Amino acid sequence: MNFQQTTLSNGLTLIAETNSSVHSVAAGFFVRAGSRDETADVSGVSHFLEHMAFKGDDKFSADDVNRVFDEIGAKYNASTSEEITMYYAAVLPEYLERAMELLSALMQPALRVADFEMEKNVILEEISMYEDQPSFVCYDHIMSTHFAGHPLGQSILGTNASITALTAEQMQNYHRSRYHTGNITLAVAGNCRFEDIVALAEKYCSRIPKGESIRALPEVMAQPTVRTVVRDSSVQQHVMQMGPGPKSDNPLRFAAELLSVVVGDDSNSRLFWELVDPGHAESADLGYSEYDGAGAWMNYLACSPEDVAENLARCKKVFDEVNVNSIHADELEQARNKVASRIVLRGERPMGRLSSLGGNWMYRHEYRPIAADLQTIRSLTLNDIREVLNRFPITMTTTVAVGPLKDLGVCPDTAGP
Amino acid sequence: MRVNSSEFRYEERFCQGLFESFSKSQNPFMLQSPQSFRLSNGLLVIVEPMLDVQSAAVTLLVPAGGVRDADARCGTAAILTEMFTRGAGGLSARELSAAMDNLGLQRSIHVGNAHVTFSAATTADRIIDALPFIGRMVTEPHLADEEFEPARDLVEQSLMSLEDEPRQRLGKVLRQYSYAAPWGNSSEGELTDLPAITNEDVRRHYQQFIRPDEAILGIAGNVNFDQIRETTETAFGGWESAPVSDLAGGTMPLSPCHIEHDSAQTHIGLGWNTVPYRDARYFEAWASVSLLSGGMSSRLFTEVRERRGLCYAISASLSTLRDEGRVFAYAGTSTERAQETLDVTVAEILRLHEGITEDELQRCKARAKSSLIMQQESTTSRASSLARDMYHLGRVVSLDEINSRINALSTTQVRDFTIEYAPKAMVLVTIGPHALNSACVTSLS
Repeated sequence: MNFQQTTLSNGLTLIAETNSSVHSVAAGFFVRAGSRDETADVSGVSHFLEHMAFKGDDKFSADDVNRVFDEIGAKYNASTSEEITMYYAAVLPEYLERAMELLSALMQPALRVADFEMEKNVILEEISMYEDQPSFVCYDHIMSTHFAGHPLGQSILGTNASITALTAEQMQNYHRSRYHTGNITLAVAGNCRFEDIVALAEKYCSRIPKGESIRALPEVMAQPTVRTVVRDSSVQQHVMQMGPGPKSDNPLRFAAELLSVVVGDDSNSRLFWELVDPGHAESADLGYSEYDGAGAWMNYLACSPEDVAENLARCKKVFDEVNVNSIHADELEQARNKVASRIVLRGERPMGRLSSLGGNWMYRHEYRPIAADLQTIRSLTLNDIREVLNRFPITMTTTVAVGPLKDLGVCPDTAGP
Repeated sequence: MRVNSSEFRYEERFCQGLFESFSKSQNPFMLQSPQSFRLSNGLLVIVEPMLDVQSAAVTLLVPAGGVRDADARCGTAAILTEMFTRGAGGLSARELSAAMDNLGLQRSIHVGNAHVTFSAATTADRIIDALPFIGRMVTEPHLADEEFEPARDLVEQSLMSLEDEPRQRLGKVLRQYSYAAPWGNSSEGELTDLPAITNEDVRRHYQQFIRPDEAILGIAGNVNFDQIRETTETAFGGWESAPVSDLAGGTMPLSPCHIEHDSAQTHIGLGWNTVPYRDARYFEAWASVSLLSGGMSSRLFTEVRERRGLCYAISASLSTLRDEGRVFAYAGTSTERAQETLDVTVAEILRLHEGITEDELQRCKARAKSSLIMQQESTTSRASSLARDMYHLGRVVSLDEINSRINALSTTQVRDFTIEYAPKAMVLVTIGPHALNSACVTSLS
């Protein structure tokens, strides 16, 4: 694998990791635009815009975009998070030019009013679809509660009301403010030659305008909160908890990641043995999420409503025990082996490399080859784990539950009974 | 379960019978030919060396899935599946987990209708050390009494979760209305049957059905055949053979079926007959479903979502047993637009034979080709394809052969197939606040 980068004549950054031993190549535009960059009057516009990108530009109609991507057998899609909108396609090497041409067209969509009004229906359906998935409802509420008053608390999908009221003109303004070279990175991973990609990028990306935009990075001031969203018809209770963790530029993030595996991976973790193995809960896990200027621990619990109070107490006991006594050397070693294997397996496919390539660049302007990630994982010690626990103990400030329960019996200040 | 923070514009597609994944005009399929052997106890092992990768993956299919659950004991196989990791071969659950984690072994055990499937992957240099642990779980699980209740509790909890997820639940019900018992039975279990199931039932299920005679082990990755052969002999050689009995066929309920649910959307499921994977005309069936729902330029996506904005999620995919096949279609839509969605979807399915163009078929072929080629980048998907090919066909179809057969398809062939296999009856299952007018479906039969 070979990494190279360049800046195109219009200022667009291009990064690439080439690898001649794979069969495909993946390309993606990573745009620093997400729900945190929206104002309240355009809530949901980043995600809606991502849909509208596929409606084409001056050259390609909506039908053309779908048709041509299928003609070249592309595996393509897009996603929107709180912070990043990404558009990608994985193709066989001979179709890279066509894929680059189409992906570039997505960056400068026509945003036709008729398409906009039609796609609005699809977005409203998507909102309804997620309403029928309790874990997503829970996620939406934990984000808006934990990050209340902070841009990260803003909903990715928006609401029925915000989407219904949104106009094509508002979307055009938003697009102008975010989709420029200062905010977009083009990443390519897989079987291709760097000089070819540079030539393709110069050919197709020159229309992306120059520009800079600033993202506000206020501190998160989470207040201890317990919130229930009552759904009488639900059978299970879904609970999420969040507490502060290392920010995306904090070197402690690696230790945080390993710690979350020891404490809350979906198998062979502290939470697994305490809650899932004995059959107390269907799921109980702990993850670490990094954001621009913020970070969080997030605990997810799914179980019968009558067991919630007891299970939350079990989670808290696990966290408290780890906060005081840290973890054992053999647990750290198992987590290292687990994570190292995941990195290698995920890295075998160009699509797997693309997200790592783009993610590291968007958050930290750095390139990390697989070998560096493995090296970092191997070198982490119990001292590193202790340090992350000292600075970011696993303490949940926010609890949100979705299900039949009206009261969780949880004290906001201790996140325990 | 991890909740993802991003919302995809498009759904990840179900695998379309090609089992996921198809490049290059010269010979793009550079895999070495798979080699197979059979252990004396009957276990069939099939190995495909992949020299460009660093990993190795295994898939073990054991014909002990939900179809083998006894009457009124639906969920026995599901509970047994939960038991394998709870101690085996003298190792406690924790010792077993620790050993496999230290080998970087990513693993899962899944209960399906036909099979209990053990899947695992790690870096190629460690697969030889990992196989014996999989062997222990399969051949020497403790099935201890004290582990039974927790295992049953977990199966119960996942069934309760299903009640809250109308789309997932729809899949289960649609299957029940599409395949006669026991093939339509829920492999996840039934809440009403769980209380009666005992550890004795689980042990009996293990004794009767977790046997090597018709089990298949697929291995793909950067591995050495001789070494694999030696290791599988050691890891699985002691697994005792016992004949597998035939299955008695049953009946299925008649649709349409509506399940009232206080949901935001109405979830619509449709099913109709097609040919199974082993049929000579399978690739025609694959192409017809691909025209309907293979890519974002396919007919359902274009007509129902892009032109009319009726839904976010719409798809159709092939389901195949060894001897029977179905097409299952799904749409999720708000209640006031559900009737129109159903009517438009059924109309598109029924007019599938009209106006099939060369370009349309060519797009299906292009997607298939890139999928097949990308499969060579994933040991996990190769291992699974190897095992499934052996189950369905008794041989492995090379990626090259699949590509040639798909390339040879003509629009006439595909059109003739869609006419011959046009739905003569359709199963309709809906979950949502109100039942729909099912005339568009019932008028067929």
